[in-house]
Amino acid sequence: MTASNISPLKGLEGGDSSRAIGNVLRVPVASQELASQKQVPLSADKIIEAKNVSKWYGTFRALTNVNLTVRKGERIVICGPSGSGKSTLIRCFNRLEAHQEGEITVNGIRLHNKMRNVTEVRKNVGMVFQHFNLFPHMTVLMNCMAGPMWIKGVPEAEAKKIALKFLERVHIPEQANKYPVQLSGGQQQRVAIARSLCMEPAVMLFDEPTSALDPEMVSEVLETMTSLAREGMTMVCVSHEMGFARAVADRVIFMDWGQIVEEGKPNDFFTNPQHERTKLFLSQILSH
Amino acid sequence: MLYQDTVESEVLVHKPWFVASTFAIVLAVFLMPDLASTTLGDIMRPVIGDPLQSGFYGRVVLAFVIAVMFCVNIVLIGFAPLKAQIGIVWVELLLLSLAFFKVFNLNMPFIWENLPYLITQGLVTTVYISAVSLICASLVAIIAAVAKLSGNGFAYAIASFYTSFFRGLPLLIQVYLIYLGLPQLGIVLSAVPAGILALSLCYGAYMAEVFRAGIQSIDRGQWEASRAIGFGFGLTMRKIILPQALPVVIPPTGNMFISILKDSSLVSVLGVWELTFVSRTIGQPTFRYMEMLITAAVIYWVISACLEVAQSRLERHYARSKVR
Ligand SMILES: Nc1ncnc2c1ncn2[C@@H]1O[C@H](COP(=O)(O)OP(=O)(O)OP(=O)(O)O)[C@@H](O)[C@H]1O
Ligand SMILES: [Mg+2]
Repeated sequence: MTASNISPLKGLEGGDSSRAIGNVLRVPVASQELASQKQVPLSADKIIEAKNVSKWYGTFRALTNVNLTVRKGERIVICGPSGSGKSTLIRCFNRLEAHQEGEITVNGIRLHNKMRNVTEVRKNVGMVFQHFNLFPHMTVLMNCMAGPMWIKGVPEAEAKKIALKFLERVHIPEQANKYPVQLSGGQQQRVAIARSLCMEPAVMLFDEPTSALDPEMVSEVLETMTSLAREGMTMVCVSHEMGFARAVADRVIFMDWGQIVEEGKPNDFFTNPQHERTKLFLSQILSH
Repeated sequence: MLYQDTVESEVLVHKPWFVASTFAIVLAVFLMPDLASTTLGDIMRPVIGDPLQSGFYGRVVLAFVIAVMFCVNIVLIGFAPLKAQIGIVWVELLLLSLAFFKVFNLNMPFIWENLPYLITQGLVTTVYISAVSLICASLVAIIAAVAKLSGNGFAYAIASFYTSFFRGLPLLIQVYLIYLGLPQLGIVLSAVPAGILALSLCYGAYMAEVFRAGIQSIDRGQWEASRAIGFGFGLTMRKIILPQALPVVIPPTGNMFISILKDSSLVSVLGVWELTFVSRTIGQPTFRYMEMLITAAVIYWVISACLEVAQSRLERHYARSKVR
């Protein structure tokens, strides 16, 4: 990505432009080359397919007729103001939340409230939470081994190998025998990513993985996510890290009031947003 | 932990106002009883003359001496390091309670003579009943706690009725109800199983509430993370939630254990030869009630103390994932 790609943003935000560029540059330069954005072919397998999904919390409608298809290898970033239903949407994808209308199919399995094979779905869908949610009573290593051992029945020695492999992948194999509270926020989030990867999921869901972190720890997590993206992991990220979105996303989705307002390739999305809401949101998020 | 501030506060027992007011309080308190006829009065004979004739003057002197000793004691202890303070105070209190027992003029040979039987028959039965009840109560409690938290109306109704009923009735009445009531339904239990059943059901009801609170104290994010990995309800409960709830419930559960140990004495009404019953039975023919009751009391206390030690060990063990 070059400076000329960034410059149109300046006009958009009006305010302190250096901050916005800083935001973009947080992602290491090497990974920004990914922004060549090879189009994932339409023929690729659909990992997640949501059709006309609606969800209510009591009488409050949190999602309204959401349609979204995630194909194998696609990297999608979802953004939108607080309370717009981003978390709700991706939590529906592994059935942490139930939807009431429409249809969600994950890896060929339709999600509904009488399903008996929800584990089959969750095995294949990794999730990383805003607040890490590591298991505090287990060591980092055990956090990573638990899934393969108890769900897939992998023997302990092999589970350990898998865990170490993915801890290496997120660059913290040396912390393997510590407890989560002994790690920094950024390290904890990377362990959480490794824990999900150990299940070798078909798709990873990220729910604002960096928003609970101190600024200096954001980049280490983003780097991890970027390298995952580069290796072809299918990902759906709720994130306000616009630099990350520009660098890795195939599509950026903007949600508001429980609806998908706009979606597009990052370049179009950031430089030429169509809706007033999107423009307002982008100007707010890039100017603070 | 009441996490201490890093600034050292002034030692309370070295503040003049504190020592002065302690002195005044102790003096006032010990003016009330007439201590002239005790050993202390005897020791003070050179100052107050014949203790029994000393009257008001003797009282004041004795109370004054006690107050001075008390204050010197606390001031001196104030200088010791923490561990030593704890040890010294424990030893002093222990000596004072021994002095209190001495008031009863106990017949020591009688105690030594009967102690072995008290232990081999009484204590063994007590420990057996308590241990079995404790295990059963814990199992019942976990099931009841999960039932209460489950969305299942049927399970909730049964569990809440159970806890309400068994927490609401005095244990003694439960013991009678089970021992005398069940045979009416054709189920004849001998005394020990009936006692164990009563204790298990009663303490299961209390512990159900403890466990429920423990399970509820675990952050929702833990459930979500566990589910997101693919763990079902059983795995989530066994591997994620209960292990984290355990350290939370250890202190109240320790209470319950100690309480079961002591309440097992209620089973003596069924004629079970447990500690309380044995001590009363031995004391009866010779009218040496106090000897046996105090011995039993000390034994109960020693066992409870063991449980306390076990509890603090466990707490320390589980504190390790909280270290920073
Ligand atoms: N358990 C719940 N019960 C009732 N309402 C809820 C619940 N969870 C979320 N909501 C509501 O649903 C809406 C969408 O919530 P959601 O958490 O998906 O927002 P979000 O886009 O992730 O916001 P944020 O950026 O703050 O995380 C919000 O208005 C919220 O108040
Ligand atoms: Mg959210």
